[in-house]
Amino acid sequence: MSLLTVRDLGKSFGGVAAVDGVSFSIRPGELLALIGPNGAGKTTTFNMINGQLRADRGSVRLSERELLGLAPRDIWRMGVGRTFQIAETFASLTALENVQMALLSHQRRLFSFLKPVRTFSKLRAQELLEQVGMAEQAERACSALAYGDVKRVELAMALANEPTLLLMDEPTAGMAPQERHALMALTKRLVLEQNIAVLFTEHSMDVVFAFADRVIVLARGRLIAQGSPAEVRRDPLVQEVYFGTGATFTAQAGETHA
Amino acid sequence: MDFASFIVQLLNGLAGASSLFLVAAGLSLIFGVTRIVNFAHGSFFMVGIYLAYSLVATFSATIGFWPALLVAPLVVGVLGALVEMTLMRRIYRAPELFQLLATFALVLVIKDAVLWIWGPEELLGPRAPGFKSAVQILGRSFPTYDLLLIVLGPLVLGLLWLLLTRTRWGTYVRAATQDREMVSALGVNQAWLFTSVFALGAFLAGLGGALQLPREPASLDMDLNIIGAAFVVVVVGGMGSIPGAFVAALLIAEIKAICIWLGIVTIVGVEISFPKLTLVVEFLVMATVLMLRPWGLLGRPQPPIRHSAHIEPPLRPAGAWSGRCWILLIALLVALPWLAQSSPYVTILSIDLLVAVLFAASLHFIMGPAGMHSFGHAAYFGLGAYGAALLFKYAGLPMEGALLLAPVVAVLGAGIFGWFSVRLSGVYLAMLTLAFAQITWAVVFQWDGFTGGSNGLTGVWPAHWLTDKQHYYWLTLVLVVAAVWLLRRMLHAPFGYAMRAARDSTLRSDAIGIHVKRIQWCAFMIAGGCAGLAGALFAFSKGSISPEVLHVSKSVDGLVMVLLGGIQTLAGPIVGALSFTWLHDTVARNTEYWRATLGAIILFLVLLFPEGIAGAARRIFFRQGAR
Repeated sequence: MSLLTVRDLGKSFGGVAAVDGVSFSIRPGELLALIGPNGAGKTTTFNMINGQLRADRGSVRLSERELLGLAPRDIWRMGVGRTFQIAETFASLTALENVQMALLSHQRRLFSFLKPVRTFSKLRAQELLEQVGMAEQAERACSALAYGDVKRVELAMALANEPTLLLMDEPTAGMAPQERHALMALTKRLVLEQNIAVLFTEHSMDVVFAFADRVIVLARGRLIAQGSPAEVRRDPLVQEVYFGTGATFTAQAGETHA
Repeated sequence: MDFASFIVQLLNGLAGASSLFLVAAGLSLIFGVTRIVNFAHGSFFMVGIYLAYSLVATFSATIGFWPALLVAPLVVGVLGALVEMTLMRRIYRAPELFQLLATFALVLVIKDAVLWIWGPEELLGPRAPGFKSAVQILGRSFPTYDLLLIVLGPLVLGLLWLLLTRTRWGTYVRAATQDREMVSALGVNQAWLFTSVFALGAFLAGLGGALQLPREPASLDMDLNIIGAAFVVVVVGGMGSIPGAFVAALLIAEIKAICIWLGIVTIVGVEISFPKLTLVVEFLVMATVLMLRPWGLLGRPQPPIRHSAHIEPPLRPAGAWSGRCWILLIALLVALPWLAQSSPYVTILSIDLLVAVLFAASLHFIMGPAGMHSFGHAAYFGLGAYGAALLFKYAGLPMEGALLLAPVVAVLGAGIFGWFSVRLSGVYLAMLTLAFAQITWAVVFQWDGFTGGSNGLTGVWPAHWLTDKQHYYWLTLVLVVAAVWLLRRMLHAPFGYAMRAARDSTLRSDAIGIHVKRIQWCAFMIAGGCAGLAGALFAFSKGSISPEVLHVSKSVDGLVMVLLGGIQTLAGPIVGALSFTWLHDTVARNTEYWRATLGAIILFLVLLFPEGIAGAARRIFFRQGAR
């Protein structure tokens, strides 16, 4: 039984089809990597699923509920956490307060006007920070943290509403190789423990092949291959897209999918 | 209402559009390249017309009228270059709001300099030789000088266009307007580019002013009048777009002209005086355009600024030490009327100080933590003041009831204005709030039958038990301390954190389910309510109110208080309000040139403490603490 089902998703910008009839699905506890060369439509696909971009056609269902047409904050309320390519946290808040905000929002207590924030869900927030290995730095301002640590805080925030699905846009962008693997190993562990499905886009292939359970490949807005990392790596079409000229790709894609 | 008068009014509109365009084009150029919203641009306009007056009076006999007139804008251009080199250059890296504060201080200094040189009387220049007569258009006479102005507008637009598209300098200016950092990365001499743009902008403003000499007398309130109109034109046209400024100037001037032509019309039994609408028409146009096209008619969305320095530190709960300080301060304030029995003025001044503190704290609430730079906060102060007065006088409410209900009026106003304003951000939000405040001011100013028009309302006296100033002081103290304490509580509560979260990152807020606009809207209403309470307290303390309480200068006072105290600290607005009001009072009593003194002090403080007084105090305190 799949958790997220994407059907025939499409989006054009001024007549150019950025995403053209993409369909796939994710099971709980699965790490699905969305890869493809620059301009393949990864980010567009991603932003349609998380509600930042309006889709032209298709459907995105979480369990049985349609996500298209919902605002990002409503999608989050349905149990979808997300991280950004360039980490987005609240710079003037401490790491702990950042996580507390996610918890407060989850509990719908943002419109409390009198009780200080420090009395809300502190333990749970600390726990979440501990999970990502940031407990020691809980009281530091996010603006003073190293970038890798900011990414961990972001992950803790994304996990705060006990999501069933995690959307990670280039989770390791801008990080050193060692940090990259540490972050992804952490993600994989948490995801398995909590049976969360993860959809992530990624540029560095070592991360993809080390951590993805399944890979889908986009090129020029179309889904051209999917399967295990090993299968995808062997796929001649994928090899051509990544290493070849790409000029003959349209004709070949037509043949393979005909 | 015939066809001929319609045409004449349209032509009048065209003539008015020209000088407006000159000023707005300069403002837009300067904003485009330096990203500074130059409040002092209206002052350049004013200096232009005054200089032209003197130059024409002195030299028109020797070198002729036109050369004498045209020297004025050149001098203003040089003045602009000097201002850029001595002041602006030091604050390009400062936060946007500090730049505003500095340019506003410049307004004060220039105004008093003009007062000192030319005196307070209006000065009417001679008619322009060769353009003294009028021509007949469809049987109506139309001044030839206005025809000249009609030609000049498009001419200047054409010249600017040539300058910007056909010269290397123009290419740099256009490039810098699109991406300032990239241009500096390409090795263009920024200092020189900025100075020249500033000089050209000032020249255009000075030219606009000088050309007005034969049309209207030079007066000291020209600077703020024209800067309001020019801001509207620039925002409607799109910040940084010269053709946009031209289109917007035409649009606004023509709509005004049509309003005058329509006169008083009865529509479905309601008599509407269109000429009276001219005071608000530009702001209505701006509000409409910003709703439909948030970046102006020909503008484009501003790229996000990449170097985001000045991130504020996290909030800390007040320590025992500072808690004790507050208690001591409040105890002192309670005892003040007894301590100052020999000089009753101290009690009266203290009421003003407390009202200012609440006004500033409410503005800080949305400006600092919520990151919404309201330029029209006087609207809510004024709504509270007028709400109290009207409820008291017309609804027959007792004074206590009027005082408590008045903030509700302000909340309603803030609810309506805020609902639109939170849809925008940055400079555009600031301008929209300014527009709403101006509309409110104009309505109050003109509605003689209800609000007393320009005379305001009198006889707004407090209840019998409060007629003693000391009693009124204590009431004010209780309400202000309670309100400020509540605002502070809110900032430490989830709601205040949600405001700061929404300011820090909209993307992240959205991604954890925070409804950013709803939070901001709610913040707007809370701040409006507190400002309204301040206004109501003000009204009953003075016994009378006038449209002054809604004027743009009142909004600017609030801004100055908040920025002076420091926007990143919670004590900032309190320190700022106290020092500003006290300074204002002291300086105004001791010198005729209080504005210049105030301006000079602000400039001095901005250059010395870019993080505000309270911010600087905290920095010094913590540095010593660390040692």
